[in-house]
Amino acid sequence: MRMKLVGVGGATAMAALRVATGAGNWFSALALGVTLLKCLLIPTYHSTDFEVHRNWLAITHSLPISQWYYEATSEWTLDYPPFFAWFEYALSHVAKYFDQEMLNVHNLNYSSSRTLLFQRFSVIFTDALFVYAVYECCKCIEGKKAGKELTEKPKFILSALLLWNFGLLIVDHIHFQYNGFLSGLMLLSIARLFQKRHMEGAFLFAVLLHFKHIYLYVAPAYGIYLLRSYCFTANKPDGSIRWNSFSFVRLISLGLIVFLVSALSLGPFLALNQLPQVFSRLFPFKRGLCHAYWAPNFWALYSALDKVLSVIGLELKLLDPNKVPKASMTSGLVQQFQHTVLPSVTPLATLICTLIAILPSIFCLWFKPQGPRGFLRCLILCALSSFMFGWHVHEKAILLAVLPMSLLSVGKAGDASIFLILTTTGHYSLFPLLFTAPEKKNLFLIGWKLSTSLAWGLWKSSVNLYSLSPPGS
Amino acid sequence: MEKWYLMTAVVLIGLTVRWTVSLNSYSGAGKPPMFGDYEAQRHWQEITFNLPIKQWYFNSSDNNLQYWGLDYPPLTAYHSLLCAYVAEFINPDWIALHTSRGYESQAHKLFMRTTVLIADLLIYIPAVVLYCCCLKEISIKKRIAKVLCILLYPGLILIDYGHFQNIYNSVSLGFALWGVLGVCYDWDLLGSLAFCLAINYKQMELYHSLPFFCFLLGKCFKKGLKGKGFVLLIKLVCTVVAAFLLCWLPFFTEREQTLQVLRRLFPVDRGLFEDKVANVWCSFSVFLKIKDILPHHIQIIISFCFTFLSLLPACIKLTLHPSPKGFKFTLVSCALSFFLFSFQVHEKSILLVSLPVCLVLSEIPFMSTWFLLVSTFSMLPLLLKDELLMPSVVTMMAFFIACATSFSIFEKTSEEELQLKSFSISVRKYFPCFTFLPRIILHLFLFSVITMVLLTLMTVTLDPPQRLPDLFSVLVCFVSCLNFLFFWVYFNIIIMWDSKNGRNPKKIN
Repeated sequence: MRMKLVGVGGATAMAALRVATGAGNWFSALALGVTLLKCLLIPTYHSTDFEVHRNWLAITHSLPISQWYYEATSEWTLDYPPFFAWFEYALSHVAKYFDQEMLNVHNLNYSSSRTLLFQRFSVIFTDALFVYAVYECCKCIEGKKAGKELTEKPKFILSALLLWNFGLLIVDHIHFQYNGFLSGLMLLSIARLFQKRHMEGAFLFAVLLHFKHIYLYVAPAYGIYLLRSYCFTANKPDGSIRWNSFSFVRLISLGLIVFLVSALSLGPFLALNQLPQVFSRLFPFKRGLCHAYWAPNFWALYSALDKVLSVIGLELKLLDPNKVPKASMTSGLVQQFQHTVLPSVTPLATLICTLIAILPSIFCLWFKPQGPRGFLRCLILCALSSFMFGWHVHEKAILLAVLPMSLLSVGKAGDASIFLILTTTGHYSLFPLLFTAPEKKNLFLIGWKLSTSLAWGLWKSSVNLYSLSPPGS
Repeated sequence: MEKWYLMTAVVLIGLTVRWTVSLNSYSGAGKPPMFGDYEAQRHWQEITFNLPIKQWYFNSSDNNLQYWGLDYPPLTAYHSLLCAYVAEFINPDWIALHTSRGYESQAHKLFMRTTVLIADLLIYIPAVVLYCCCLKEISIKKRIAKVLCILLYPGLILIDYGHFQNIYNSVSLGFALWGVLGVCYDWDLLGSLAFCLAINYKQMELYHSLPFFCFLLGKCFKKGLKGKGFVLLIKLVCTVVAAFLLCWLPFFTEREQTLQVLRRLFPVDRGLFEDKVANVWCSFSVFLKIKDILPHHIQIIISFCFTFLSLLPACIKLTLHPSPKGFKFTLVSCALSFFLFSFQVHEKSILLVSLPVCLVLSEIPFMSTWFLLVSTFSMLPLLLKDELLMPSVVTMMAFFIACATSFSIFEKTSEEELQLKSFSISVRKYFPCFTFLPRIILHLFLFSVITMVLLTLMTVTLDPPQRLPDLFSVLVCFVSCLNFLFFWVYFNIIIMWDSKNGRNPKKIN
């Protein structure tokens, strides 16, 4: 046990030494610095998500594949797509060297110190993919009028904003999740699209979808962009679509990629005739309109309005008290709910609202493509629209919009000011995730101010205009 | 100043690291009957709140001096009283007389940690920021980097927030830093007032008192003892006397009170050293058990002589040629002399040496970083006892990376950068081939780092042999002591060979 810690320490020390000898290597310094901070966050509070992932380690390790999506000993059933299950399976093979007991399905809420150490370190290690993705994103940015100051270089600012993103630190390293490497996959696929390596970008996104299906929120942006800017190889001089430049080969190859990835992921379950069960686990519509802690989206306002109106209605004797249901959306429970005054909301209604919300940006992406930057805007808008109108949205989903927005914000001052507002409110809304007093009180405030002051500094220094790589044809 | 947002970010990073380290356990957690120094601090709040001043330092039925009696000067007691008032407001159970012994709860831990953070924020951190902002010779970026490195110094963080033993070191060090600031920028009265507050907070600050005295005396001499110098001298004396009077007022009413406080502050019957500390006497006793051979009063005399002789050259030089640069280096060497040769030295006293070394970080980055790493390493047995291995390793690496990237330390190892140019020139008069000093120093550094890493690995992974249960702690102390002796020689060389050309316009980096 101690030897493993020693090994870890040794590896990091070697990296540190290399950093030290390459004196100007600020990227490694930033990455190493935040990794060390993550190590310091190991003893902080962790949420039930910790038990969730321990349970999934146990399920994937001790049970055959046919049982994975049927197992229900614990209330935290497997509800991520198969690739994530395979990922947990791979982790479980390392876990058995730390503590064999955590892999027992019946050891509910087991959290020995070794388990904690293993889980935390697994998140820290998988963040390496995120670091690599940030590195690739930095290559996509050009600072034409970059100042000589390190802190004014857009690459530095972007790295600092992404690597030290405070929301990610709270959600991944305190609250406990694996968003780091998933966001890394998404950023990597965006970077590949910027670098005109569309096939890789598509492949990475397909893989990402099968890791966590929440990224379906941004799939329309990918689909439309790839169709419009990749399958149609050329535009007319005024920018509109040139129908005869359509390339069937590209379309087929994209389709093939998606098909193959999906086959790899869902194939085994198709063979076992378990697809309906898998889908019912993945899309649990019985869970209710709002999450236990309300995500600050439109339905939260809607429900609040409903509550206010029902209270007024009861006061003014317009409503019959017997007809008002006792269960309240504010009780913090996850369940189905009927609204009293305003019409109840069904999953279909939320879907329609979301689609209407993303329609303008999709249209723009189709009719007036602006290359990768336009795609990025559309992606952010899709993420935000789904956050606002989606069914059972977690407040963590705001990270889906904040991280890509960082990429845009180092481009224009206007984007930077929007980013400032978005990141401040987004991170503020993550507040309820920190449950205990010590963490809540100080770490959050400190880090929030940290990210705010970073973003503010970014805004000030982006008064000199930098531009991202020119829009592709 | 411009780049205020960078400075804010740096300070916030420092605060974040402090807070995350404080999430670990503290000394004596859950270990009745004596618990640890966390309980001592809580007990002092209890005593100062519930008993009248006259009884604070005396043994009585209410105040059992064997159970963590108060052994710091009055300002610590007043600070505990202040915290006690806040504690009473939140939850009186925490400081109820007698019944609150061994009180441990999450809320109380949060309260104690918060008091440390607030004290740090009010006194130490502003001093560091102001000090670095006032440095005219280096660029703004380097000033901010220096603040980052000083705030990330692992020793202070781990002792104040992790180990929680004799916390509030940042308060006394902060006051001392205000003193240094005042005295270096010619606000002599304010500086000496701040330093008196520091001494009255923790008596260990007396390690720094000689350099202050010599520097101020030197300034008075320079101004001429017949005129302005004499006036300055009188003013300083009055300030110091007034400060002491103010702090000790309740204890000057009776002779017995004063004597008892002094007895608590300076327990001369305790012996040459306690536990394992990286100073000369403890290392020497590996070979020869002087504690058992020599009688008690001879030990005191020997340690006094050694200490005094070792710091004499630097202090004399400072009195004759007072300069801010010489002052800072003399602070280092005096504190180091005291640490190495003095009586009843505790491991934490190395912090008193680390503070001045932090101040010269931008002038000799390579040696300072090396020293600060060794100083943290020397406290390793103490930290391991409190299961602070992970925070120690992490903070040491963070500090090393911060220093290495900010100051490019490995490129600054030429003779001139190491401030050894005049020394080498003098030696070359006798030995013309003496050009290999930087290379030797680099090799020594590598050797030192490798030894430290190996010792850490051994202490963590292996169990000591049955016959020598303290083997690893003694080895750590011994190695650290050798390093410290080398640094003592180095700093003294810098001071003695710092010619009058030290006033050359410095190169701007």
